[in-house]
Amino acid sequence: MTDLADLSISGAAAGLRRGDFSSVELTDAVLTRAGVTESHLHAYLTLDHEGARAAAAAADQAFAAGEDSGPLQGIPLAVKDNMVTRGMETTAGSKILAGYSPPYSATAVEQLAAARAVILGKTNLDEFAMGSSTENSAYGPTRNPWDTDRVPGGSSGGSAAAVSVGSALGALGSDTGGSIRQPAALCGLVGVKPTYGVVSRYGLIAFASSLDQIGPFARNVQDAAALLETVAGHDPRDATSYRGDKPDISSLLDTGVAGMRVGVLAELSGDGIDPQVQQACRRMYDALADAGAELEEVSLPATEYALSAYYLIAPAEASANLARFDGVRYGLRVDGETTEEMMAATRAEGFGPEVARRILLGTYALSAGYYDAFYGQAQKVRTLLRNEFAATYEDVDVIVSPTSPTTAFAIGEKTADPLNMYFADVCTIASNLAGDPSGSVPIGLDDQGLPIGFQIMAPALHEARLFQLAAEVERLAGFDLRPDLATSEVKPA
Amino acid sequence: MTDWEAVIGIETHVELQTRSKMFCGCEVNFGADPNTTICPVCLALPGALPVPNEEAIEGILEIGAALGCKLVESSLFHRKNYFYPDLPKNYQISQYDVPLCVDGHLDIDVNGEEARIGITRVHMEEDTGKSLHGSDTGRIHGADYSLLDFNRSGVPLVEIVSEPDIRSAEQARAYAAELQRVVRTLGVSDVRLEEGSVRFDANISVRPAGRAEFGTRTEVKNMNSLRSLQRAIAYEIQRQIGVIEGGGEIIQETRHWNEGTGATSSMRSKEESEDYRYFQEPDLVPLHVDGEWRDRVFAGLPELPSARRRRVVAAGVERQTAATLVESGDLADLFDEAVSRGADGKLVANWLTGEVVAHLRRNDVGLADTAITAAHLDELAVLVGEGVLSSTAAKEVLDHVMSGEGSPREVAAARDLTQISDQSALESEVDNVLAANPDVVERLRGGDTKPIGFVVGQVMKATRGKADPKLVSELIRSKTQGA
Repeated sequence: MTDLADLSISGAAAGLRRGDFSSVELTDAVLTRAGVTESHLHAYLTLDHEGARAAAAAADQAFAAGEDSGPLQGIPLAVKDNMVTRGMETTAGSKILAGYSPPYSATAVEQLAAARAVILGKTNLDEFAMGSSTENSAYGPTRNPWDTDRVPGGSSGGSAAAVSVGSALGALGSDTGGSIRQPAALCGLVGVKPTYGVVSRYGLIAFASSLDQIGPFARNVQDAAALLETVAGHDPRDATSYRGDKPDISSLLDTGVAGMRVGVLAELSGDGIDPQVQQACRRMYDALADAGAELEEVSLPATEYALSAYYLIAPAEASANLARFDGVRYGLRVDGETTEEMMAATRAEGFGPEVARRILLGTYALSAGYYDAFYGQAQKVRTLLRNEFAATYEDVDVIVSPTSPTTAFAIGEKTADPLNMYFADVCTIASNLAGDPSGSVPIGLDDQGLPIGFQIMAPALHEARLFQLAAEVERLAGFDLRPDLATSEVKPA
Repeated sequence: MTDWEAVIGIETHVELQTRSKMFCGCEVNFGADPNTTICPVCLALPGALPVPNEEAIEGILEIGAALGCKLVESSLFHRKNYFYPDLPKNYQISQYDVPLCVDGHLDIDVNGEEARIGITRVHMEEDTGKSLHGSDTGRIHGADYSLLDFNRSGVPLVEIVSEPDIRSAEQARAYAAELQRVVRTLGVSDVRLEEGSVRFDANISVRPAGRAEFGTRTEVKNMNSLRSLQRAIAYEIQRQIGVIEGGGEIIQETRHWNEGTGATSSMRSKEESEDYRYFQEPDLVPLHVDGEWRDRVFAGLPELPSARRRRVVAAGVERQTAATLVESGDLADLFDEAVSRGADGKLVANWLTGEVVAHLRRNDVGLADTAITAAHLDELAVLVGEGVLSSTAAKEVLDHVMSGEGSPREVAAARDLTQISDQSALESEVDNVLAANPDVVERLRGGDTKPIGFVVGQVMKATRGKADPKLVSELIRSKTQGA
């Protein structure tokens, strides 16, 4: 018999409705799994056993009363710890927010609660979502379930590890430059960054406001769609929230790709991409062509500057977003002789080195005399990139590429070299700058047994098309492997 | 000896009295207990986001329109970054290179001399919280503790920036006063300097008269009355002239006006000034004001003080009286109503700015607390016109009407104040006065007309103001000068 922790969301939802098991049983199975795997992985910063069981019991009661709030009712899920949760510690992986208990919940979290999902706890992340390996968490790194000497990717590494290992059936992450897609790729999961504005950012602790988006992690495409459909929609509390109708997400899952024009991104096909990753992607391009898609190579020359532009725009916005952590109203306070000294000491003590680096970088990029050369120039690249995407989408329906230049790298391998670490986002950043939806689907393992992710980019608000292709890639890849840690036989470390 | 010319520009901050704050739903209530009108947004809790308040945008557009500005179609919000404990985000959402309103003007009048002051821009921003420092000076330096009240945090703030068109402290005061009147007329703010709902900062420089280039400027802050604004600017102009004539140079800096010492002192120099690292606010989208909205704002503007003054003057009222009248909105409303009933404008305006204001001051009451109506004023004017009441008696009647003793006719009858226009009755009064003052009679007979006033006064006194002074004066002449 399958361990309940290894069910997909849709599988568990069916079981709950058949009465095979209750949400409390399902939640207990997942918490039991977490009880074992956490000592290997450290996916969670907070696990709320009591709250989760109470929510599960409430979901069961609703089922008993004939109330059905949809596919997430009674499903145990995890939330990245940069989304505020009322009364549940929220740290964003930073010492500066240690012990902080928010008085309100993020809109996305409220939407999960309204769908009667069970929120298990808060997952680990690079501090303030700044990183590509989850090694920048002030509370210690998360490990990759496929090889615990390796990183799960980042910054949403905790969410990815939890879903991968079965200590959650699905999870929310946030993606500013690839923070959902890259860990999804490195952990063998489906991860989607929706169109900017499709999911409310209210209650998401801002890293780079013009780039941040909340999105789902799941073990299959259908589950990712169900999660995204639950959290998508206009929110009057977020002025950048998309005002139109919620975009279609899942109506084309079974449509196939016959006649779909698929652009293969030339800039991400060669140098800098691991040969095994290249090879796996090429096999998928061929398979898609065999399935009736029309593949052609497309070029977006501005992507060459995307990484540089991103590392000016994101830190610039972060330098202002993180200014509120000053020791005055909440979080850490380190005393000083004057207010200024108190603020400086608090921030020096509370922020880790990568956060400090980006604040400095961003402050510099916005300074008088440097603004035009750095921030202003980066915004021009962003416009250029958007124009190139728009022009390319005249000819193709979607654009595909690898999600990550490599499979999971070793813990500590890149921490000494920030630039090398920044390069981990090279495939994913362009979609954030453009504001377009983008997702990663697992397509196989390399010769070390590490998952490889396939990235699909679509025009803004064309989530349905993205999921249409993702479902086909999933069928063609037939990837249904799970890490060895994801079994009921696993023992604590 | 050089002739110096001052060049002054004024930055005005006006707190709008909207129902809710600029970027959240918190109530705007200046009297509330500390930290009771706050929420995650105006406290800058992690994850909170701003959403613009349409009522505030409407308010700034009205101000812009009233100042003759162009209302721009698409406007941007920026972040202005600086660390201060009462600024919870440690950046202020403001506007930078694309403000909502540009290129307007405000006409002012100093002792009859008119001037047009250009308005560079009017933009939208949010207010900070308030700090209370536990120190002898009330300033942060040396304080043992500081208390923070975030009720004001996020209150909509409009900044109005003038061109450097102001040339004297008097003009600066007139500009500030007129701006207050305009904003008050719009009803979007109570613009009280003392309570901080309007604040003025002045940029001041001097140059030899006739020179085109500007001198180095200083910015003077902390003027909390129109009088201190004028004093501070006058002081700063003289200080700068003194420095230059003494062979020194003006340093570009921010200076603090001290009401007690009557002097400005240096706060921080340009080198110490902050680099605000402005960049477009990514949490907000560009603000679009379409043509229909703009038309609606212009069409909905009330009559502005300058237009109203012109209209009152056209009704025969002296310029200064008209200004006083318009300054107080409710007196001007009463004036309009009385005049529309056909009352003489000049007469009514003089009563309103004279006896009525005096009555209010004497009794420490507001106009609404008295019984006066436009119908009363009209009736009073009719009684004077018909000669039933002397102008002196009319003033007395007015006072009693305000106290609620009845209509002017009723008061005049009850208090027996009706003018004596009966020649025979007045003749005996005149005779009595003349008989008691033979020396005056002597002078009058000798052709000296000066004592006529004295005799009229004595007769008025004897009749308790009821005599028709014109008739009395005629009687005196006929009795002493045979005219």
